[in-house]
This record gives sequence, structure tokens and C-alpha cells, in this order.
Amino acid sequence: MSQKNDPNLKVILATDCGSTTTKAILIELVGDEFRQTYRGEAPTTVEAPFEDVTKGVLNSINEIEDLSGRKFLDGEKIIYPSQPDGTGCDIYISTSSAGGGLQMMVAGVVKQMTAESAERAALGGGAIVMDVLAINDHRMPHERIERIRVLRPDMILLAGGTDGGDEAKVVSMAEQISAADPRPRLGISYKLPVIYAGNVEARDKIGETLSDKFALSIVSNIRPTLDQENPWEARAKIQDLFEEHVMAQAPGYNKLIDWAGAPIMPTPAAVGLIIRTIAEQEGINVIGVDIGGATTDVFSYFKVEDEGIFNRSVSANLGMSYSVSNVMAEAGMNNVMRWASFDIEEEDLRNRIKNKMIRPTTIPQLLDELIIEQGLAREALRLAFEQHKELAVGLKGVQQQRDIADAFSQEASGASLIKMMELDLLVGSGGVLSHAPRRQQSMMMLIDAFQPEGTTRLAVDSIFMMPHLGVLTAVHEKAATEVFNKDCIIYLGTCFAPKGDHKFGDKAFTYKLELETGEVHEGEMKFGDVKLIPYGLNERGLPMKGTATINPGRGLDMGEGPGKKITAEIYGGVVGIVLDARGRPIKFRDTQEDRVKQVDAWTKAFGGYPERKGGAQ
Amino acid sequence: MAHAYTPGLRVTAQAEIEKDRILPLKGEVKVKVGDKVKANDIVAMTELPGDAQSINAMGLLGCEASEVPEYMLKQEGDAIEEGEIIAETKPLLPFLKFMTAKVKTPIDGKIYKISNVTGQVILQEPPKPVIVKAYVDGEVQEVLPDEGVILKTTATFIQGIFGVGGETGGEIVIVSKSPKDELMPDEILPEHKGKVIVGGSYVGIEAIKKAIDTGVAGVIAAGLGDKDLKKLLGYDLGVAITGHEEIGTTIVVTEGFGRIEMAHRTFELLRTREGMRASISGATQIRAGVIRPEIIIPLEPAQISSEAESQTAATDGVQEHAPVRIIREPNFGQIGHVKRLIPELMIMESETKVRVMEVTLADGTDFIVARANVEIIED
Repeated sequence: MSQKNDPNLKVILATDCGSTTTKAILIELVGDEFRQTYRGEAPTTVEAPFEDVTKGVLNSINEIEDLSGRKFLDGEKIIYPSQPDGTGCDIYISTSSAGGGLQMMVAGVVKQMTAESAERAALGGGAIVMDVLAINDHRMPHERIERIRVLRPDMILLAGGTDGGDEAKVVSMAEQISAADPRPRLGISYKLPVIYAGNVEARDKIGETLSDKFALSIVSNIRPTLDQENPWEARAKIQDLFEEHVMAQAPGYNKLIDWAGAPIMPTPAAVGLIIRTIAEQEGINVIGVDIGGATTDVFSYFKVEDEGIFNRSVSANLGMSYSVSNVMAEAGMNNVMRWASFDIEEEDLRNRIKNKMIRPTTIPQLLDELIIEQGLAREALRLAFEQHKELAVGLKGVQQQRDIADAFSQEASGASLIKMMELDLLVGSGGVLSHAPRRQQSMMMLIDAFQPEGTTRLAVDSIFMMPHLGVLTAVHEKAATEVFNKDCIIYLGTCFAPKGDHKFGDKAFTYKLELETGEVHEGEMKFGDVKLIPYGLNERGLPMKGTATINPGRGLDMGEGPGKKITAEIYGGVVGIVLDARGRPIKFRDTQEDRVKQVDAWTKAFGGYPERKGGAQ
Repeated sequence: MAHAYTPGLRVTAQAEIEKDRILPLKGEVKVKVGDKVKANDIVAMTELPGDAQSINAMGLLGCEASEVPEYMLKQEGDAIEEGEIIAETKPLLPFLKFMTAKVKTPIDGKIYKISNVTGQVILQEPPKPVIVKAYVDGEVQEVLPDEGVILKTTATFIQGIFGVGGETGGEIVIVSKSPKDELMPDEILPEHKGKVIVGGSYVGIEAIKKAIDTGVAGVIAAGLGDKDLKKLLGYDLGVAITGHEEIGTTIVVTEGFGRIEMAHRTFELLRTREGMRASISGATQIRAGVIRPEIIIPLEPAQISSEAESQTAATDGVQEHAPVRIIREPNFGQIGHVKRLIPELMIMESETKVRVMEVTLADGTDFIVARANVEIIED
């Protein structure tokens, strides 16, 4: 293992073993700063005939060798350390979500309290939470037992009871886990890891109940008192066990663990680390999203009373390849196709989507296929964000206080911490966003799915390297920060969008944009329209700035209240300034013919796609 | 020579196949190394723990949790019968016995746990026997004590792309005349009961229903429609994890969704195996340890040639002249040969910039296709 910020690290090779593709990047010290220089990718090889994740890793590194003309592999071994002739690297690091990621069940006593805390801890640790069990979850004990047996998690996190409080209920939950005795997903000899993070007084009884059948780990209470949440030790244990138990069972992972100079991190944990770092460094509210083949992760960091609250959610069956058919099933055909300016037969669409599901590594070669795929992406992002809003109601971080009255009021109202009008930056990552042929498409997808309100900056991960930088943060923070700022984040621009509804064609707002270049743009936006004003980066690659004055129409709100004028800072980007008067939620025309024209006009305003040649009708 | 890494499904006339036949929990292995087994032979068996039920004994007895053990008439591990009294409070005086509180068991089984912490009594229904059959004709190569066996067989092996329904088997009957033909309902006859029937380009819902009604063990076809799949399952399949469906037959799709000509090699291979017994499974899992549906046709000793085909033909990557199938629009489903692997990135109609290859399609036309959109067909 390398030491943190080791000055000898000059050439870093990093991979992310995704469920669909393995992405390798090369980071090097160029002059006095770290830069990402080359990138390669190859299909992830957990499937037969390979059944060895390292094959995909080697193939992706091979691509870097081809592109850079340098050698990093000696047969099937990575060359360490870097040699004077330019071969080899100083460290190899990796994240992974291959093989379906880490699938956990969590259990607590009260659903809205300890179980919710346990769920947040598991999500923060990078897991997919398959189910949340609680004494008050309106299920009979035998139903919970059956559920555990059916789902066969990789790991269980059990919380419950404040320190010194009631023991019986958490012991009861342990008894149910014991009775379920779930069949291990990863082989007969594998003992299922259970992490206990509940009432310290109940530890002996939990040990008596569970230690025979399970690999039991005990960590400090996730909820030591009602107004404290302490997820850190449980999260760290989840990540340890992920590598030690779960990944070690997957084909080829033992080799990968040996190669890596730092613990292999679950991909979502690494992305979360980077999103959190951006928000804390800049002191802003951030939403990040990583849309993958199997799952979509949403991260948020919002300041509440000057304290930042970080949340992560994962939508296990919303993704662009393995889960694409589920996006269609959950969103419905009409929602997917409302974003397209053409029609397609349902049967044809269904078959195309299923074919993507069964052959997840294919790419859209035709324009219509791309448009359909990006429609699916909008719906996957929208649904994942809805799930995130339901979860992001949590306690503040460790040592932060919330009294019991707050807890119950949150339960009653489901009060989300996500306030779109207060969002500063929306960052997208994942193949469909990072690799969209035009950046306008990435911006359209993010705006359509998340529907930011007021003034919001948007950015994407340039070539999908946030996971790599997340794990790099743990090894070499300076390198991670430099590469993030210089090579990873691509600022798309700023979106101005009033909240509210109006009649199509009525005045939505007037605007005056005073740009750093001296240009001034003034005009009026009609409700239902969208407009793009290109405004880019300066010679140092940073967003050009300016001032926007937006005067919304009656009933429409830009953040200061309905009809109230605002002044806001403009940040340019590779796409520019978007004036979005389509309402929140975005309002569609009623008839199919009008909607097609409407979407076509929006697409043209954005410069989103090349001219269609016909294609699917 | 240039090469590219491309996924591919195996279609092999003869291969050494190993099948793990493993119990879900530890149990008893019924065969030994070297034993010859038939598909329906039981090779291992065990018992799964019965369903558990929890009774709030503390509440029913009206006592503290810590007092529950002393009122129990049955102890942990004791057998119980439905309606039997398993706990009873003690009367203050013997003649007040009618005032005692009793707990009756609602199930047969045993007492799993009596908790003096929660006051709950967990009951467990009798264990459920689980048997593992050989599934394929073959020989026991290795016994994993208490866990199962690894069987070895020399067989024709064809992987499908998608399937539904579990493990089954039967004699192969070729029903469609050519790989281009749809399997029609009126082609499915009473004598196909218990058989594995082979269609061509497509099988629709009416043909599937007919197959189920006839008692056909399995259906193999190149394509299936997603709308029909929804009708068959009764729900929209979101995530491809299949194999557990109880639809009355097993379906193995070799090429994909929609009407697609079956690869000639697959169809011809099945034709040459007509009359032989195939073991098939529709189980598909396209994440977390990929499983593809399969057709295994064990060969008789006289049919085995001395040179078994390589098991790893597809792992070396696609090379020039290799036979491939286009797996995404345009030209979805068509078969051709790699003319050349183009090293430069190219921009497609969608403006996606990708690595490509030139493929000569069966009709002789050349076509530039993203490398990600082809799969190798073993030749």
C-alpha cells in the first residue's frame, strides 16, 4: 500500500470496473501539476467465456498502451514502479461496481429512525439497499424472514435502540435474521457478514443470537442517542467487508485486490467522496448524479443552517443497459417517447430496448436510437431523483442535533432537504451524460430530468472519471483535486428557469444579460419556449462570467417570490446560457402532433441533434 | 493481425462441458466419482429449513418476556403439531386451571427459538426436501463433499441470448423448415409432447400457448417479441433475471427480440442432432454473475471425434475474416464476416465517435459497424 500523498507517485493508473465497461485512465505529473493524459475502455469481463474481471482491466490498459505508445503491462502483470524509459506506473488503484455491486439489507427498530439511519449508512458505504426491515414496517415477522431468504443479500446491517435503551426489539430483529438463515449468494462456505450497529447494551445478546451462523462484526451505535447519528464506523466496516468478503468471491477479484495499491472502493462511495469534496471546497449546494448500466446514484449536499448535509441514494434498477428495460417498465412508453420528435411503434421500441438489455454493451449507431436512449436516460434520471428526494430527509451528520419532534414532523411531511431553488450546481456523470456526442445533449438531459429552478450551474464529468478521482482522493488528494479541476469537470453553463405555470405564449420573463465580453443580451421569453445563448470559457479554461437580471411574469418565481425580479451571476460553459421558460414542472402540449412540434423546437433551440434522415416513424 | 475484444455466445458441435450441480445448503451427495449418470438421476439432496413463524407468547400469556421460558411446555428443538398447546401459565390454585392462558401452535414443525428477551417464540415448519438432478447425461468428475458434484460430458453446446423457464429436457424435433421460418401454432403436434422443438426466426404467443397446451418440454427459436413475453409472463420484465418462471415450458431464444433469422450454423447443428436428447435451461441473468440460457446435447461415444473444439475460441477476440452477427440497428440480426478492423475512431450517424470494423454481410454488401455492435459467432 502506498502512503498518502507519497511524493514518489508520478504515474498513476486507475480503473473503474463498471457493470458494463471497465474504464482505465492514466494520470501523470506534467510539469508541476497532475493531469489526466490517456484513457482506455473495454467490456467488463465477469461474463463467460472470460469470467475474470482482470481481463477487462488488462484490455482497458491495453487501449491506453495503444494510444500512448507506452508499455504498462508485462504480459498479464502491471509494471511497477515507472521506469526511466517511460514504461510502468507508480500505483494502480480501482473502484468497482461489477457483478451488481454490493447488495445489502438493513434492519432497525423504528423505520423512521434507526432503520432510516442504517439505510443512509449503507448507502453512504456504497451499497444497493435491497430492503429496509423494521419492527414497525407493517410486516409480520414471518414475512420479514421470508423476505431475507428470498433476497439473499451480500451483507446485513442491523441497527436499533439507543445506547442503554430498549434491547428487546433489536434482539427480536436479530432472532428473525437468525431464523431466516439466508442462503449465501456467493457459495456454501461463505458466512454472511452481519454488522451490528445498535444499542451497546444488547451486544452480548446479539452475539449469542447471530455469531454461530453469521460473520458478525460489531461497531459503535449508529444512533447512540435520539438526536445523534453516527454512521462513520458502520460505513467504514461496510467498505472493509465489501473487499474482504464480497469482492473476494467474485471472479478474478483476488488478483485485482493484489494489484491495487489502495483498497478497492465501491464506485458510488468514490463518486460520493468527490461530490462532497466539490461542495465543501466551494461552499455551495450540489446535486450529483452517476447514471450507469445497472443503477443510478444521486448525491446531494445541501446547507441547512450553515451545516452541510450529504445524502446518497441508489436506484438499483434504473440504468442504461442491464436495467434499461426496467426504466421503460417504470416510466412507461409515453413518458420515454415524450422527449422524442418522432413516433415509433410500441412493439419495435420494446424489442429495441429488450435487445439493449440482453446485449448491454452495444452503442447507438443511428440518430433515432440515440434520441430514444437519451429519452430513456431522462426518465431514469427523473425517477432516480424522485427516489432521492424521498430519502434525503435525514439527520444532520455526526454530532449534529435534531430533536425528536423534528423526527416526527419529518416523518409526517416527508420534508425533503432538496430545495431546487437553492441548488447551485448540478453535476452529471456516467456514460450517457459524459459520452453524449454533443454537450448540448448532456445539458438538455440534465435540465429535463432534474428541472432546476431559478439560477443553476450545470457541469458534466468530461470522460467519466469521478470514480477514479474519488479513490485517488484517498491516496493523493492533491493529484485528485488538480485533475478534477483541469480535466474532469466540464462546465456546461447556467440555466435560468422560473418555477410555476402559465399559458403557452404569455410572457414568462424578461432578461438582461451583461456579459464579461461587454455584450448585452436583452429580450422576452414566452412561456413554453427555451433559448440558448452560447457563452463559453475564457483563455484559462474557466467559465466566463456576467450578470443576469431576470424579471419573471406574474405567478412565476425565480427565487425571490412570484413576479419578483432577481439579479444573479452568470457562469459560461461549453454550451452556454439556457433561458428556460417551459415552466416547472415542464409543460407539454396536449396533442401528439403539437407535442412533436414543441419538442422539435426545443431541440433546435438547443442545437441538440443533427438533422434527422428519416429513421423510425 | 488486428483484433478486438467482442462478446460472443458459444455454438459448438463438440465440447467438454462441466456442470456444477450444487446444493443450496450442505446435504448429502448420492453419487461418487466415475459414476455414469442420466439427466433425471438424483445426484445430491438436502433439506431447506422450513418457513418460520413468530408467536408473541409474552402477550398471549400475559407475562414478562423473562417468564416465557418457565411457562413453555415444549422446548427448543421439540416437535410440534398444529393446534398443540406449547405454553401455559400456571394457575395460582389447582382448581383455577380453567383460568390459565395458553399458547397453541398454528403449524406443524418444531420450536426454533424461545426468547427471554423479546418474549417471542419462533416456530419452524418441517424442512423442505430439495433434490438436485444430474440435468445432463454424463460422468461424475468430482464430488464436493456435502455440497454437490461436478459432472463432465462431451456434448454439443449452444448458448442462447435470453430464455424463460427452468431446467428441462427432451428429444430434439426440428419443426420449422428453415432458419428463416416462424414457428407456427399449427406446426405443433400432439407427438411433440415432452420434446424440445426447434423453430426458425420467431415464436409468437399463439405458438407458445400451443406448445404449453401440448406439453412441449422446451421451445428453441431465434426471436421472440417483447409484447408476447409480457403476455406470457403476465408482467413487464424489467431486469433480466429469469429461470424461475412456471409457464409450463422452457423457451430458449438464440438471437434476440424481434424477427431474426436463426444463425445457419445453430439451426444446422440442431438439425444434425434431431432425435437426440437435449438438456435445456432458460435461466438468464445479465448482471451479478452472468448466466445465459443453454442447450446441451450429450454425444454418444461413437459420435465423439478425437479433437474436441476449443472451449476458449471466443476469448481470443474477433479477427479479420471472423464470422460475426450485427447486434444493433442498422442491419440488426444480420450475419457477415469481418472484412477489416479499422484502427481509427469513426463518427457514426448518431455522431458517436467509436472504434469500428468493416463487415461484409451475407448479401455481399460492405458495412461499417461499431465494434461494440457485433458479436462473434463461433465457426
